[in-house]
Amino acid sequence: MANIEKNIIDGLTGLRDWVDDRFPLMQNWNEHLAKYYAPKNFNFWYYFGSFALLVFAIQILTGIWLTMNYKPSAADAFASVEYIMRDVSWGWFIRYMHSTGASAFFIVIYLHMFRALLYGSYKKPRELLWLSGMGLYLVLMGEAFFGYLLPWGQMSYWGAQVIISLFGALPIIGDDLSLWIRGDFVVSDVTLNRFFSLHVIAFPLLIFGLIGAHILALHEVGSNNPDGVEIKKNKNAEGIPVDGIPFHPYYTVKDIFGATVFLIFFFGVVFFMPEMNGYFLEHANFVPADPLKTPEHIAPVWYFTPFYAILRAVPDQLGGVIAMGLATNIFLLLPWLDRSPVKSTRYRGWNFRCALTLFVISFLVLGWLGMQPVTPLFTWMARFFSLVYFAFFLLMPFYTAIDNDKSVPDRVKD
Amino acid sequence: MPSYKQLYKLTFILLMSISVSASAAGGAKLMHMEVDLSNQESLQRGAKTFVNYCLSCHAAAYMRYNRMGQDLGISEDVLKANFMFGTDKVGDTMTIAMTNADSLRFFGVSPPDLSVIARARGADWLYSYFKTFYVDKSRPFGVNNLTFKDVGMPHVLWELQGAQRLAHMESEGGEHHTPTYADLEIITPGKQSEAEYDQTIQDLVNFMVYLGEPIKLKRGKIGVWVLMYLFVFLIVAYMLKKEYWRDVH
Repeated sequence: MANIEKNIIDGLTGLRDWVDDRFPLMQNWNEHLAKYYAPKNFNFWYYFGSFALLVFAIQILTGIWLTMNYKPSAADAFASVEYIMRDVSWGWFIRYMHSTGASAFFIVIYLHMFRALLYGSYKKPRELLWLSGMGLYLVLMGEAFFGYLLPWGQMSYWGAQVIISLFGALPIIGDDLSLWIRGDFVVSDVTLNRFFSLHVIAFPLLIFGLIGAHILALHEVGSNNPDGVEIKKNKNAEGIPVDGIPFHPYYTVKDIFGATVFLIFFFGVVFFMPEMNGYFLEHANFVPADPLKTPEHIAPVWYFTPFYAILRAVPDQLGGVIAMGLATNIFLLLPWLDRSPVKSTRYRGWNFRCALTLFVISFLVLGWLGMQPVTPLFTWMARFFSLVYFAFFLLMPFYTAIDNDKSVPDRVKD
Repeated sequence: MPSYKQLYKLTFILLMSISVSASAAGGAKLMHMEVDLSNQESLQRGAKTFVNYCLSCHAAAYMRYNRMGQDLGISEDVLKANFMFGTDKVGDTMTIAMTNADSLRFFGVSPPDLSVIARARGADWLYSYFKTFYVDKSRPFGVNNLTFKDVGMPHVLWELQGAQRLAHMESEGGEHHTPTYADLEIITPGKQSEAEYDQTIQDLVNFMVYLGEPIKLKRGKIGVWVLMYLFVFLIVAYMLKKEYWRDVH
């Protein structure tokens, strides 16, 4: 018996060595998993990166199967989605995973970004990590926008109509640009076809590439942690960070646990409330697209509503579009706006703590306002919270420079 | 290219001025009913009302007869005898013979497909809609609706419900009074009593909610098993994590 076991192990080791002579298998395994040392004090907020990867995998897999039955044409799209929901075996399950996955992606990414704000993960030396992450976020917004047109419901249609027409507000190039995006004078079959192409090929490829860059950048500089301490500054005789533990097996088993909790919530939605009261699947999108009938209330899906509220808060059309563009892109500047030498809020002063709290509140309120019909009161609220939103970034060089930061310990705390 | 320039301006104006007129019920709150998909007899009765009264002008083109039969416990013979009037192939979808061009001429609007109408409108809206037709001589079919003002559809179920009118409207003379559901009163009784008609409508709405998403009958039951599996796996995952992390803490 022992002999057979020994033979199997020898055989597998031989195979591994054979591959290793021709491909950097063990080198990559070690660099990115078995000998990638991550800080041992990761907390709750450090689950969301791996959740994002999980949701990406879910979206790619369910997307492949949806594409097998979806028809990207104005005449057939709506019907083909209902065909998937009714006639394709388990089609409803695949479709609900994909629609729930879209919202889950944004929930996970927003919490992942909040973690970076909380612990200063964007700060030197992690600027490129932050920029690649922001690139992912912006591409993901595009991916979600293209995907939302595909069911060809009323909200799909009019949402796309409104968003594309925003490009028309830009001076000189505006009209031609929106025409170029649509490929037609109104959102039409042509638009649907190109959005389908972008949604299933171009943008997923971009996301895939950017995830690779994001992880490479992370493993080059090493993970930040809730204390904002650089664990690479304290290495033992073998050159291993004393406060680091190998990602595999420690964080792989921890992430399996976390992923299970995530999936409980995820499948809770998929099986019990896939529409999420109209937040994940809007009611009006169960009416087929009708170019002649504008819905009474056009609102984007929840993950775009903070920016939609900012757009509507500005009285001038072009000004609104610029403000919305700025609001989504201003995160890119964070590494250079933040003047504090301290990373983690644990050791930062009250200036930053208050600013971050106000920013989170304004983001949430703007998100809520973006779903409401316009009233004078709501417009003024949106203006006020837009100011708070931008003040968080624009005043950051000042309030972080004079913050009463505390001293940061040399080692991470348990 | 003035047309598309105008269009984007129009959409922008729409976007900036989405008005408060969101409520289709004329300001009134919708009536509420509890949807019960576990009551198979109610679903069967609703299906019967649906195929008899709705499925001549409206289609439900994404729904197949035999799927409905399987889900609602109706045998193929009964399906053919009592539920299918336009076809005898049980695998067919619920389409209708009336063309869009014809219906446009008859009603001024093509009756929408009803496959997913319950998901678009919601059960309470449908329930209110079916109960709030009233006599209005100014309309082409002599009826109007409190939930869907100036709707193109006649009161197809009038023989069951009878005719309703809006009370107070005449008596108040020139005074403006926003009508509410409470103003409705039966003037000519139909074949069914008010309670019977209410039951008919509840059955019909139950069925239409099912029609909007047939898998709704089963997905919750499947979900329970999925979550049970995940909770058991969670225990294993937790113990595994704890075992590995013993040497870190």
